[in-house]
Amino acid sequence: MRPTFINIGERTNVTGSARFRKLVSEGDYPAALAVARQQVEAGASVLDVNMDEGLLDSEKAMVTFLNLLAAEPDIARVPIMVDSSKWEVIEAGLKCVQGKTIVNSISLKEGEEKFLHQATQCLRYGAAVVVMAFDEKGQADTRARKVEICERAYRLLTDKIGFPPEDIIFDPNIFAIATGIEEHDNYAVDFIEATRAIKQQLPHARVSGGVSNVSFSFRGNEPVRRAIHAVFLYHAIAAGMDMGIVNAGDLPVYDEIEPELREAVEDVVLNRKAGATERLVDLAPKYKGGKTVEKVVTLAWREGPVNARLTHALVNGITDFIEADTEEARLAATKPLDVIEGPLMDGMNVVGDLFGSGKMFLPQVVKSARVMKQAVGYLLPFMEAEKAGQKHEAAGKILMATVKGDVHDIGKNIVGVVLQCNNYEVIDLGVMVPADRILDEAEAHGVDIIGLSGLITPSLDEMVFVASEMERRGFSRPLLIGGATTSRTHTAVKIEPAYRRGSTTYVVDASRAVGVVSGLLSPTEGPKAEAETRAEYQRIREQFARGQDNKARTPIAAARSRRTPIDWKAYQPPKPSFTGVRAFGAYDLGNLAEYIDWTPFFSTWELAGRYPQILEDDVVGEAARGLFKDARAMLDRIIAEKWFEARGVVGFWPANADGDDIVVWTDETRTTELARLHTLRQQMPKAEGRANAALADFIAPIGQGADYIGGFAVTAGHGETAVAERFKAAADDYSAILATSLADRLAEAFAEALHHKVRTELWGYAPEEAFDIDALVGERYQGIRPAPGYPAQPDHTEKATLFKLLDANANTGIALTESFAMTPPASVSGLYFAHPEAFYFGVGRIERDQVEDYARRKGWELKTAERWLAPILAYDPRATADAAA
Amino acid sequence: MTQSRAERIAALKAAARDRILVLDGSWGVMIQREGLTEADFRGERFKDHPVQIKGDNDILCLTRPDIIAGLHDAYYAAGSDISETNTFSATTIAQADYELEGAVRDLNLAGARIAREVADRWTAKDPSRPRFVAGSIGPLNRMLSMSSDVNDPGARTVTFDQVYAAYREQVQALHEGGVDLFLIETITDTLNCKAAIKAILDLQDEGYEPLPIWISGTVTDRSGRTLSGQTVEAFWNSVRHAKPFAIGLNCALGAELMRPHIAELSRIADTLVAAYPNAGLPNAMGEYDEDPHDTACRLHEWAESGIVNIVGGCCGTTPDHIRHVADSVKGMAPRQLPERPTALRLAGLEPFEMAS
Repeated sequence: MRPTFINIGERTNVTGSARFRKLVSEGDYPAALAVARQQVEAGASVLDVNMDEGLLDSEKAMVTFLNLLAAEPDIARVPIMVDSSKWEVIEAGLKCVQGKTIVNSISLKEGEEKFLHQATQCLRYGAAVVVMAFDEKGQADTRARKVEICERAYRLLTDKIGFPPEDIIFDPNIFAIATGIEEHDNYAVDFIEATRAIKQQLPHARVSGGVSNVSFSFRGNEPVRRAIHAVFLYHAIAAGMDMGIVNAGDLPVYDEIEPELREAVEDVVLNRKAGATERLVDLAPKYKGGKTVEKVVTLAWREGPVNARLTHALVNGITDFIEADTEEARLAATKPLDVIEGPLMDGMNVVGDLFGSGKMFLPQVVKSARVMKQAVGYLLPFMEAEKAGQKHEAAGKILMATVKGDVHDIGKNIVGVVLQCNNYEVIDLGVMVPADRILDEAEAHGVDIIGLSGLITPSLDEMVFVASEMERRGFSRPLLIGGATTSRTHTAVKIEPAYRRGSTTYVVDASRAVGVVSGLLSPTEGPKAEAETRAEYQRIREQFARGQDNKARTPIAAARSRRTPIDWKAYQPPKPSFTGVRAFGAYDLGNLAEYIDWTPFFSTWELAGRYPQILEDDVVGEAARGLFKDARAMLDRIIAEKWFEARGVVGFWPANADGDDIVVWTDETRTTELARLHTLRQQMPKAEGRANAALADFIAPIGQGADYIGGFAVTAGHGETAVAERFKAAADDYSAILATSLADRLAEAFAEALHHKVRTELWGYAPEEAFDIDALVGERYQGIRPAPGYPAQPDHTEKATLFKLLDANANTGIALTESFAMTPPASVSGLYFAHPEAFYFGVGRIERDQVEDYARRKGWELKTAERWLAPILAYDPRATADAAA
Repeated sequence: MTQSRAERIAALKAAARDRILVLDGSWGVMIQREGLTEADFRGERFKDHPVQIKGDNDILCLTRPDIIAGLHDAYYAAGSDISETNTFSATTIAQADYELEGAVRDLNLAGARIAREVADRWTAKDPSRPRFVAGSIGPLNRMLSMSSDVNDPGARTVTFDQVYAAYREQVQALHEGGVDLFLIETITDTLNCKAAIKAILDLQDEGYEPLPIWISGTVTDRSGRTLSGQTVEAFWNSVRHAKPFAIGLNCALGAELMRPHIAELSRIADTLVAAYPNAGLPNAMGEYDEDPHDTACRLHEWAESGIVNIVGGCCGTTPDHIRHVADSVKGMAPRQLPERPTALRLAGLEPFEMAS
């Protein structure tokens, strides 16, 4: 068969087919092969294979797919088009195919030398090539530019390296028409006429193109898009177009298109009447099948000068054109660095101003950072090539780390991105970083400021340790403290006194980071800012000391006599459906999505307000809607492509309270202790009739009933780190942070879903409870699930007992760090209490008498107890020890 | 008076225009007849080698060069224009079976020099009939397009880069040893062959004198496909970028079954066509018993039909077969190269052509 138009299958292209992308990212290669088979069976003459997707190891996916494909004679019978924008991926593909392939594509974009080198390699591997009409100046848009570039490429290939002309296929760029911009109106004609000229002037060469681009502005209206494709191809093939990436099976026959529509489409494609676009836009909804027409993508901003376009792209977070625009700016500049320090920084300054004045919000700024990173990434090779030695002058160098024992890093990453947006160089050491490494790296990089982050309470102590090490090693550069458990008071009372040589500053959230950093690094403002902070922290310390004196605590014995009054004789403890543990492996993420509480998600991104009202908020509504849309889209992919694995475990055991401890029994005989859970009791003065609560109050004391306790650990975080790393590697911190924050939400949702299952089914004490997300979020249900390390039991070390009972590591893959942080970070654990009067409370500060008693119960030395309970001590252990000495 | 390699290559091309060239015959059968022992294979150099190396015919280039020189001599005497170096398995990948990877460079250098010396002696004897040396490049026991594991179709025991590196070492040593052309033969997997082609082309890019390349595939059965599944035309489309001096088939089939595939190549290939079939198909004892006269008759018919430019013999053929073949094609016109319209020609397992 020698067809006159080759239809290249596009369904084995991850950029063109969502289904194929999903199959490949899930590693479902048998189904991916089935897609290829359908293409061949449907008559594809050549199979286009493209694995260019940010989250994929494209090279590996290409190799895996092509090797598998080689074993399928009914697919492998047709030639392969190895399609990638990355030469390494193309070369990896060429090494897997025995037949003669087409390489898609190479171009003069990066100059003749690279072009000829890649073309020579194609000759050595024995492949035909698609050459894009793209040169050092950019992509060709007009007929003249298209022909000029193709002719130049043709001469180079045939004259310089003897490339067979019949193996050259030109892609003269099909661009979107009917965009509302006048210059775009002639794009289809430019392509068609360029095709005609190429076929006449360049013997044996072929013309190809990606057809779907042409109708881009009618996204959402498939019938009209198909009509545009059919009309376009009709004229392009007549002009000599030989092949195209198009789903030809989908296309209407030219003659069978409704005459009214065909006429309107033809006017647009051939640009033969003024106002043709408007007429087609008006007509389009009629052919969409009832639904209203989607907004035509407005590209009017593309008409401005390049600096304005860069600013627009940065402010709006649009990456679509950033490389071309950056290239244009580079060509206009004397050196690539000028592009960064000129138009790009100008644009980021606009972003910074808008953020500073509250007109832009964090998610939007992080998106801007993504655009900036991609632009800088594009310029880097040129800057290295220049070897000018003149490095870009950053405003300052900041080292950031999540301290040893802690794995949480969303906040730290957000601060890092915001600082980078403001021209600071950020050296991010990641999570679980020990003090000596932080300080070694700080010295090695000569950083200006060190920033520490942490989420769990033991991290507070670790930060004090880092501060004292900085003091010991003679550091004097500023120290910044941030993270969910940190506070101004803790920083002032515990951290700052440990580091006297330099300044210590608490940063409440990402939006303050730039102000604090720029203040500290300013030669004039710096000393002033440090002095102000010192004075403020001194005041806070004095207040804290006074507060200590005023707030007398109830002695522990008295507090115990005020335990939560529960009439155990009147209570029949419900029996769980099983005792022991049960694992829930690979829990369906789709089911979890409906349990998501979105309010904390927005607060992670520093957008304050309750969901869903936040979406309509006058101030942050727009930012919230944009973030929510991106989050939903990513959530769909997370679910469809199984980015994360959710695993959980639930356990129930016979249990009774023994004072402030809870004894967990091996079995119903309630004679042998399996484990002992320790709880802490409130010691704040309480009004008459109000109890000093401890969790042990919610379990029937020994001899007063056959009660039970439950426990759980869940994670949705398997895979989160890898996903985030891949996004970061692709200079997409926005998606990295989005993915991590969604993993957190899914883990919380999992805890919520499992608790619901426990109440209605596994423990079953509330079988009639209906599913109502608002009730869940409002915690309006019977029973509680407090987590060790949180207000009702602030001692993180209790997690060790819980994990042992649940065999949580084996059952869920969650591990505990030395500070009892759970890793992966998107994990939740806790205890289940079923009693209707159980409630969430905060232990608050506790006195030395309880700490001594607690240490005895846990078998600890007092010092150990004081270390783990440091954040809730109502006294200064050093002062007390000194007084005793 | 010795010729330069450039002069020899020019003479080879001139001779090919002039007449049907004759390649030599099998090496395996002839070496088997010598009844060599493990000690012969080891020689002095490998007397303490830790594993058995009997059966590694290529090693004889180093340990029994006399036998190898004798076989070249016998084939030139029988009328061969071209004799192949005894280096069919002289790659690190193939020699790994004998733990002789370290000897690969020496093997190829020695194989080329032995053949060179014998060929030059024959040319000196009769300068009107120059003799040529083809560097033999075999297929490897590991394939790039075929799975190594029935349960995992994507599994491969070797990568393109590894195959390329193995061939690269071989072709460089053959080149330095003085061969006149490269013969990539008995190709079961076109991707392995493409790695060898790239190794040769890259060598030229680095400044080594370009040598003619002869590519010889193997159609394994009546299906008319290579072991890796390509039709003859797809195979040709896939290797044509080497701009080969000759394309052809060898091994697996006797002349009778090979004929339609040679006829097909003859129709589509705008370069010389070469064929060196086995001496029929193996009998029940695994021996080839087509007699020299029969082989010669069949190849004579091919010459008469104008479908070949180079003939010779593969498994089971002997100097006697080659003598009959050389006689049978003597004075016959070589095949004329066909004019092929310029077209974009691609290949999967099957060919794809888009005419201008």
